[in-house]
Amino acid sequence: MNEAFFDKKEYKPLDRVDGRLKVTGAAQYSAEYPLPNMAYAVLVGSRIAKGTIKSIDTKAAERAPGVLAVISHMNAIKVPGYQPKGEHPSEPSTNGQPLRVFFDNKIYSNDQPIVAVVAVSLEKAQHGASLVKVQYNKEQHQTDLEANAKAAKLPEAAKKNPKSPTADYDRGQKDAFENSAVKIEAEYVLPTEMHNPMELQAIIAHWEADDKLTVYDKVQGTKMTQKNFAKEWNLPEENVKCITTFVGGAFGNGLHNWPHETAAIIAAKQVKRPVKLVLTREQMFTMVGYRPRTWQKIQMGATQDGKLVAINHESIGQTSTYEEFTESTLQQTRMMYASPNVSTRYRILPLNVATPIWMRGPGEATGAFGLESAMDEMAHVIGMDPIDFRLANYTESDPDKKMPWSTKYMRECYEEGKKRIGWENRKLKPGEVRDGEWLVGYGMGTGTFGANRSSATVHAELNKEGNLIMHCAITDIGPGTGTAMVQIASNATGIPTEKITFHLGSSEFPNAGLQGGSSTVNSVGPAVLSACNALKEQLITMAAAKGNAAFNSAKADDLMFDKNELQLGGKSAKTTLADLFKQNNIEKIETTKESKPDENRTKYSMYAFSMHFAKVHVHPFTGQVRVKKIVCCADAGTIVSPKTAASQMIGGATGGIGMALTEDAVMDHRFGRYVTKDLADYHMPVHADVPDIDVYFVNKPDLLADPVGSKGLGEIAIIGVAPAIANAVFNATGKRIRELPITPDKLI
Amino acid sequence: MHQSTFTMNQDNASEKPEKLHSSDSRRDFLKTTSILTAIAVAPATVAKAAKHELGEKISVALETTPVSFKVNGVKKQLNLEPRSTLLDVLREQLNLTGTKKGCDYGQCGACTVHVNGQRVLSCLSLAVMHEGEEITTIEGLAKGEELHPMQQAFIKHDGFQCGYCTPGQIMSAVACINEGHANNEDDIREFMSGNICRCGAYPNIVKAIQEVKNGGQKS
Repeated sequence: MNEAFFDKKEYKPLDRVDGRLKVTGAAQYSAEYPLPNMAYAVLVGSRIAKGTIKSIDTKAAERAPGVLAVISHMNAIKVPGYQPKGEHPSEPSTNGQPLRVFFDNKIYSNDQPIVAVVAVSLEKAQHGASLVKVQYNKEQHQTDLEANAKAAKLPEAAKKNPKSPTADYDRGQKDAFENSAVKIEAEYVLPTEMHNPMELQAIIAHWEADDKLTVYDKVQGTKMTQKNFAKEWNLPEENVKCITTFVGGAFGNGLHNWPHETAAIIAAKQVKRPVKLVLTREQMFTMVGYRPRTWQKIQMGATQDGKLVAINHESIGQTSTYEEFTESTLQQTRMMYASPNVSTRYRILPLNVATPIWMRGPGEATGAFGLESAMDEMAHVIGMDPIDFRLANYTESDPDKKMPWSTKYMRECYEEGKKRIGWENRKLKPGEVRDGEWLVGYGMGTGTFGANRSSATVHAELNKEGNLIMHCAITDIGPGTGTAMVQIASNATGIPTEKITFHLGSSEFPNAGLQGGSSTVNSVGPAVLSACNALKEQLITMAAAKGNAAFNSAKADDLMFDKNELQLGGKSAKTTLADLFKQNNIEKIETTKESKPDENRTKYSMYAFSMHFAKVHVHPFTGQVRVKKIVCCADAGTIVSPKTAASQMIGGATGGIGMALTEDAVMDHRFGRYVTKDLADYHMPVHADVPDIDVYFVNKPDLLADPVGSKGLGEIAIIGVAPAIANAVFNATGKRIRELPITPDKLI
Repeated sequence: MHQSTFTMNQDNASEKPEKLHSSDSRRDFLKTTSILTAIAVAPATVAKAAKHELGEKISVALETTPVSFKVNGVKKQLNLEPRSTLLDVLREQLNLTGTKKGCDYGQCGACTVHVNGQRVLSCLSLAVMHEGEEITTIEGLAKGEELHPMQQAFIKHDGFQCGYCTPGQIMSAVACINEGHANNEDDIREFMSGNICRCGAYPNIVKAIQEVKNGGQKS
């Protein structure tokens, strides 16, 4: 594809296209569709972590005013998709499938939803739920990762496919670590962390007919949701509609359809009314996934002059007993540095807990805490500057896939980040710098994430007023998808941004994958480009057919709008849209275009990279850590929306501060229950915790990755932040904290 | 006080359902007394109602309280259950969904509204407590099409991503300046710390507040 015209244009900062809706309260989130005759459902969760339900006394709840139904496994309608194919229904295997809510009396985790109380108002449903009494046959549960580490196992996916990213991996000599001149070995622990988006998970389930379901659902994929519920209810896909116009944050927990969604759908079917179900904040800790507690061990060997010789990296992450959750915790260890010898061992441990789900930066953010801490530890042992140590092990091609990078501009990030954080003020020896009574430390950490791309389709129409209107099923969880797509379309056509609309968030619109894995701009962006080019080709054909000779040999890239005039690049020929449409007697033109990953993906290794620098103050007596400044540098390809992209980086850094210093879902193993189950006990960064955050983008296109040149941003914004802060704390204090979060008690 | 009461109720609801005996709960007591009172007042009708097991309906009718307050300048006369929070009344009954529920415990600030000009967490506030008061929600901040300067500044400085905490942040930010708590960056950070933004737009929010403060919103 000829990018000549495209490259000349620069993407400028643009206010969010949905900004006005969001600041006026007009943006409609999933719980905010006022359907007539709405009923409200409230879920009751189990109070044990493992066992069976002995009995449920629903009499008082059923008698309570306004209660329409009390639904449990005792009386729930049969969900057709619950019946496992080829297995005896009475003994279904639960390993490897989502939890079937209200299916049987089995309890797999604490606060598993077991009863739904449906009433005419929220208050009445809440009161009804408080009256439900449940008795259990309790069994001994296991929720402690470290205590059960010996039972960790290779995931089924890795057993079946040795090329799976979670399979065992060995490069080079197995005894390389033992024979290294300098060796370090350390264990790192990342606690369970909660996505905790500000919007509570919500669904309105509405059976518009016996075989026609509409859900207003807080998810990260409208098509995924449509497919899953069509399968679950044995309906044709076109009979299931998923509307997700605005998502109040998700960070990964909308990448899965959860039991509460099915509970609402069952309830709506049983009471024959639309049912609204909004989780409580406590239920956000137990019913919609989390970043799994993960133990890691790293052995790292190097030469005296700072060349990596070997890295052995193993990890164990928790999962549920009914679903195998895996993530790419160890992937970056295979490709980030030029170590000739690398081994990785990824294991999962089923416990009596709910299933985790990818949380921002997912496994890579967990793995980066181990790898980037170990790199800092090794640099310290050798006596090298940690940046020099990384540069000494910089790799110009992917040592894992043994392919060239599509693009990699990390040197620019090192240089710029050093300058902006004031790295020259850092001392090699920890504890040497003070600001008043505070110890001062500087640290850095690297992040990487695959420049993923999936196929996506966009419908675009251009009307005679010159408005460009696009539709796509993609969701937006906050990064500014609509804004980015409007900018891509404006740059491709010359149509001013205020005349472009991008509609998203409905399964009725053309296909797109999930908003996850930093793949939206890389996937939907090319479809927008493609649709814009197709429209331009139609206009050229129309102009040429009406005898405008200059348009005869023109290509899409030659044509640009200037106000409502169509101009041919390099030629003086022009026509107006109004004339063209009038001549052809039409009101609008339209097109639907799909864009797919191409064969470059088999020839190049494609990753986005980030580098985070932190300056911290640590109080020597109280152990309090204050992050004073963070600099985020990203090699993410073309930045199509500089303003929203910068916000995404700032947001990632903020999440990283939480990982490093405050976030910890503490479980009381006696009950298998979280003791931190609200926002007063589970500490997410607040205004007072977040300093000025400086963002730098390399902003060089990667046209091998996709025609927009984008490599994705959402994940690398957080990957590497937590180790940067942990490394800065070490530089300030000489104390290496290998179990997050770095709370004051660990420093005094 | 309201916080602790509310938390206690929730605790009962979610932690110890087995200890709740419906026969001696406050609600049933109220129901019984309501019916008794009703019987005393209008024996014939109510006895008939009781015979047809309409007791619940009667108790429901008697358990609502008339209340009137202004929301965004418009007078509202409502019959509300005393247990309904201002937040749930705004969202579920008045369809003013700009005010958000993020935690229901006063821990996140998403539900911040103004009551008589002061910022209040509407999830910790029972609606019936606001008789005669003036409530302003995010929907009432703009003057028609013209956005409030704080709304404009949030757009300009990109003080949000997903937008869910945004109404609460904006209502808090306006009050923060009015309270005289926006005189420097550290003050703003401290006095805005009750409003959590998981997307992490904090530095941009601080810039927006500073701009509005410097642009002349009086403290």
